[in-house]
Amino acid sequence: MSTDMKRRIFLKGSMAASALGVAVGAGLLAPKSVLAAWNKEAFTAKDTPTAMNSLFGADQAEESGDIKIKAPDIAENGAVVPITVSTGMAGVESIAIIASNNPVPLVANFGMGEGSSGFVSTRIKMGKSGDVVAVVKAGGKLYTAKKGVKVTIGGCGG
Amino acid sequence: MAKKSIKIRAKMKGDEITVKALMTHPMESGARKNSKTGELIPAHYIQEVKCEVAGKSVMTAYWNGGVSKNPYLSFKFKGASKGDMLTLTWVDNKGASESAQSKIG
Repeated sequence: MSTDMKRRIFLKGSMAASALGVAVGAGLLAPKSVLAAWNKEAFTAKDTPTAMNSLFGADQAEESGDIKIKAPDIAENGAVVPITVSTGMAGVESIAIIASNNPVPLVANFGMGEGSSGFVSTRIKMGKSGDVVAVVKAGGKLYTAKKGVKVTIGGCGG
Repeated sequence: MAKKSIKIRAKMKGDEITVKALMTHPMESGARKNSKTGELIPAHYIQEVKCEVAGKSVMTAYWNGGVSKNPYLSFKFKGASKGDMLTLTWVDNKGASESAQSKIG
């Protein structure tokens, strides 16, 4: 009788554990170190909140005036849009670049090592006009800023 | 890949090092169609770019096909000195990898 009870408890426990494993595997529980590996879910997410959630475990970030996004107001060629993100914040852990109107909004996430300055520059593709959003993680908190970029494909107005 | 596909430069100004790198890669997002056959061109892009100085990671970038073809990357950091070797390594979604080194000058 008592061994049977124990067996039941044991089964229950192992089931709970495996359910947790599945949750982690499916990305429901975001692992703490977001930059441990390429985050497939975030980088294939079709909308910004999903990407943010799987990348940072939150889809909200505090707006900050201390983040500067350098991007053209009008990009003639959507295939090559130069983007520079810089911030004066201390302890920058990562900088993510999101093109909100792209089919897959999250474009890049830069994990900054110790001693890094809050500065990254790259070139991204933009499907159509929209906001370029930068999400900076500094001191365990999320900050954001955005800039609108107008894309004129073929140079016939947008 | 015989041709050198990474150009990299690291310059020191004051105590800050500016790294600029240019890689050669198609960066195919997987959403583009072949104009003749109408078939989707399979995704082929750099997923991970790692920069290290003396075995210490200074920057790791994660990308998808949203980064432009022949990607450009620039960043700044502190805490290394002139003459240190900077290593940049990229890995793409097909598992191909390449790396280049540059002396901080």
